[in-house]
Order: sequence, then structure tokens, then C-alpha cells
Amino acid sequence: MYRYIAQRILLVIPTLLGAAVLVFALMRLIPGDICVVRLGSGGATFNPQAIATCHHEIGLDKPLYLQFWNFIWGFCHFDFGISMWSGKPVAVEIAARLPISLEIALLATIVAVSIAIPLGTISALKQNTWIDVVVRTFAIGGIATPSFWIGIISILVVLDTTGALFGRPWMPPIDYVPIWKDPIRNLSMAILPAITVGYRYSAVSMRMTRSAMLEVMREDYIRTARAKGLVEHLIVNRHALKNALLPVVTLLGIEFAFLIGGLVVTEQVFNLNGIGRLFVQAVQNQDYTLTQALVMLTVTVFVLCNLAVDLLYAWLDPRIRFA
Amino acid sequence: MSITLPRGATIPVPSDEIETTTRTWLQLTLEFCRRQPFGAFGMALVVVMAVTGLTADWIAPYSPTANDFEAMTEAPSWAHWLGTDQFGRDMLSRIIFGARTALIVGLTSSLVGGIAGLVLGVASAYFGGRIDNLFQRICDVMMAFPLIIMALAVVSIFGTGVHNVITAITIPLIPRCARVVRSSALAIREVAYVDAARACGYGHTRIILRHMVPNVMAPFLIMLTAFVGQAILAEASLSYLGLGVQEPVPAWGLMLQGGAEEYATTAPWIAVFPGLAIMVTVFGFSIFGDALRDALDPKLRNR
Repeated sequence: MYRYIAQRILLVIPTLLGAAVLVFALMRLIPGDICVVRLGSGGATFNPQAIATCHHEIGLDKPLYLQFWNFIWGFCHFDFGISMWSGKPVAVEIAARLPISLEIALLATIVAVSIAIPLGTISALKQNTWIDVVVRTFAIGGIATPSFWIGIISILVVLDTTGALFGRPWMPPIDYVPIWKDPIRNLSMAILPAITVGYRYSAVSMRMTRSAMLEVMREDYIRTARAKGLVEHLIVNRHALKNALLPVVTLLGIEFAFLIGGLVVTEQVFNLNGIGRLFVQAVQNQDYTLTQALVMLTVTVFVLCNLAVDLLYAWLDPRIRFA
Repeated sequence: MSITLPRGATIPVPSDEIETTTRTWLQLTLEFCRRQPFGAFGMALVVVMAVTGLTADWIAPYSPTANDFEAMTEAPSWAHWLGTDQFGRDMLSRIIFGARTALIVGLTSSLVGGIAGLVLGVASAYFGGRIDNLFQRICDVMMAFPLIIMALAVVSIFGTGVHNVITAITIPLIPRCARVVRSSALAIREVAYVDAARACGYGHTRIILRHMVPNVMAPFLIMLTAFVGQAILAEASLSYLGLGVQEPVPAWGLMLQGGAEEYATTAPWIAVFPGLAIMVTVFGFSIFGDALRDALDPKLRNR
């Protein structure tokens, strides 16, 4: 058990290091000189002196291995450098935007789980009936529909219904208030984006729940449980669901990291100042330090989520622990 | 084909021909439609979308870029079936031409990414050992980047536009394809005919391309259909963010940018129709891919 955990944790290091190399290399693939872009964007004429100063500020005059070391070392203690656009430290920029994105991600997970597991289970139990067809269509719809479009349509529906009901269209607030200060305002802001992102997330998990459930219901021990006269709901809840949920847990963990990708687009639709929006702005403004930090952050979250899933899996399933 | 040994015994030699069934493509398609009506529906959607994209020049009633300032944000009518946008451009024509953009980006990136992944995945399984191990670690690293994040990172370097969007979507698809293909190829490497091919002295390239690749076609094709859908979605997202296809090229994601929210209550057709086009297309590719998997996977065939 401990051996497995240790091995699994050690495996994180080369992956993160590899990702760091990739991000570092990508940002140096940029055609042209970052400093020319940076100084040029201000509209000022630049002389060699200014470019040299700029190189020195970003640290581009140092040898490559030192630059890489500084990048890694900075990342280890949350020093990501200065944003090339706003001039503020990247860590400050990210910290200001993190709570809203985290809240939406968590709410989306709750939405996803509470839709996916019951619907997926029912769909598997009623395989090939009209219920199954409806649930599967709903699930594929979630995968096929772009989340930003669901966002736009949901805004449209909210505007129209509130306009018709109260005579004046109502828009959810866009500035972030912590949930402990004003829970109603906070939730009315976060719930639509959470449903928008959560629908896609639930669609993926629903399909996984269904296929895992179908697999498990064919197992011998389910037949045994039936043969000894166990009530069906106990068979489903106690015997089948527990085993069927293992792959679903994995998927939920992996998809949680992908939520960040979903947030990039959704926050744009709802005009929310979260991490995703910051990402888009960083790319638009060619703010390489910020882009670099955000990509690295996403990858780290992804890798850690995977690690957490694997450890949870080992804890839930003794077969892996002792294998 | 066989080789006759000096004493008259014969040993079979692996045939370079892909094993073909006696049934024709038409028969196979009809059988697929009969067994998988849902999937056939998806296939029909895909075909309609492809034909629309290919014949856009002939079937579109207007030019997708022509502005008619007399008719801006006009509601659907007989003259403009799906209305016009805020620049007086015909929505239907833009959606028809948008199908072409989606098709170009979706097919190119999934084909290039898929084929690169296919060859790399099979080669990795075939060579095994250290090469395989190293390649898997590289895949781990690349797959730690969510698709849209990787695409954004690539766009931030190369800039926007159709070609760069294709590159941005192709790169993250390669490891995803290679991973799946490798796992099926690992089983094939152990099959006797690969040993036989090696015993015949065939080169690595020939064994990989002519003996192993054809046998991982089933999972590859399933993945390819899924990839096209994913690529179309990714393109739409990038274009929506303003980081993908640029004006005036008609693209579904781009049509939803800007005008869609601004005119949400006064001209909802601007927001509704391009999104429907994306949804129906990706939906088609998804259920077609699912049905293909059920049809090709013998384990699921009897369910």
C-alpha cells in the first residue's frame, strides 16, 4: 500500500517537470522578441538601450538553464514574476480571480453529480426502454452543445422570462461578493455558469455511470444476490452502485481539471472576472508571463487531481492496493 | 501466399493485403443502418453537413460576407430564412459557409492529429521497452494540458487564423489518439503473424504500416469520428473567444461572438441558429461514433 502511494507520488514529479519544460519551450518559440512586442505595444519608439533594459528585467539576458531554473524555482514558491500587461505580480492577479472560478467549479461538480449518478443508474436499469433513449439523448446533447451557447441561451431565457414577469429584464450580478457576505447575490451570480458548465460535465459522467452499471449488473455476485432473494433496491444501492461508481469517481476527478477549460469560455459569456477570463485576456494581450503561469497552474491542478483520484481509488478498491 | 520449403512442406507467409470481407461497402452500410438506427441518423446528419459544406457556393442564397445595410438585424422572413445579423449579412448563408469552415478545421485537424497519433502509437507499441516508456511519459505530459488550454497556448504563440487554429487543435489530439491506439497495438504485437513478418525479414516500417496499422483501424476510426466532433467544438470555442477564425471568414463560433449577446432580446435569431448548427453537427458525429463503436466492438455487439 505505502509502496504504491510512494510510487504514485513520485510519478508526479517527472510529469510536472516535463510540463514545465514544454511550457518554458513554448514561450520561447514565440516568433520575434517579447520585448519588442512589449515596448511596441505602448506605441513608444524603442532604442537598443530600452530593449536591453527590458531583457534584463525579464531575465532574458541570462543563460537558458538559469532562466529555466528561475522559472521552476519561482513556481515552487508562488513567485510567477510580473504581469507584462498590468505590471502587477502574476500571483496577485491570479489570487484575486481564483475564488470565483473555484466556487463555480465546485457548484458545477455538485450539479453534475446530482444529475449524472441517478440518471445514469436509471438509464442502465431500464436499458433500451424509452427512458434510456431519453437519458442518452440528453447526455449526448450535453457533449455536443457548446457551453458558451448554453450560456447565451440561458441569459436570453432569464432576460425574457424576468422581463415578462416583472416588466423589467433582470440580469445576474457580475461582480464577485463572497458567499458569507451576501449568499443570495453570490449564488444568483454563480448558479447559471455552474449549470452551464455542469451540464457538459454531467453528460460525460452520466454515460460513464450507465456503462459501468450495465457492466456490474451482469456480474455473478448480482445474480447471487438476486438468487438469495434480496430486494432489488438493495441490490442496486448496496451491491451494484458501490462498484459501478469506481470508474465514475475517476472520471469526475479527471474532468474536474477540465472544468478549468470549460470556465475559460463560460466566464467570457457571463462576463465574470475569473481565472478563465484572465487566461483569455493574457493570450489577447500577449502577456507571456501570465499565460505561462496560468498554463502551468492548470497542468498542476490536473496532475494533482489525477493523483488524488488514483489514491482515492486505491483506498476504495482493495484489489489495486494489494496488486 | 506461401513459401515452399526444399522438402515440399509449405509455411504460410503473412499477406500484405488487408483482410477484406466479401461484403461490399453498400451492404455494410445498409447492415449498419438496420442494426443501429440511431447511429444511421447521426450518419445522415454528418452527410448533410458535409454536403452543405461542399456545395456552399451553389446552395447559399446570398454571399456570406455581403452587407445589406437596408436589412440589418431583420427577423426571419421569406427573403432571409434565418434573418440577418447586425451587419445585414444573411444568417442562412453564413451558416452554410460556416459548415465549410467547420468541416475544413474539424477534418484536417482530426485527420492529421489522428494519423500522427496512429503511427506514433503503433510504433511505440511495436518497439516497446525504453522507447515506449519514454513516449508514454511524453504523452502523460501532453495530456496534462486540457485540450482548450493547449490550443490557447499554441494560439498565443502563432496567432489566430484558420491555419493556426488547425495547428492548435491538431497538437493536443496526437497524444490522445496515440494512447488508445497503442493499447490495441500492444495486443497485436504478440500475435503470430507479426512474428512471421519479422521472420520474413521485413523492415520495421513495413511491419508497422502494413501489418499492425490495418489491425487497429477499428478503434482508430471510432476515435476519429469523436475527434471531428471535438475539433469542431474546440474551433467554435476558440472563434467565440476571438482567438480562432477571424472575420470575415464565416464560422459558427464567430457568429456567436459580439452580436449574439448584445442583441439577445431584440434579435434572438443571431444567438440561436449558429449554436443549433454546432450542436446538431457535433451531435451527429457523436451518435455516429457511438454506433460505430457498438457495431465494431464484438464485446458490445450482443448487448
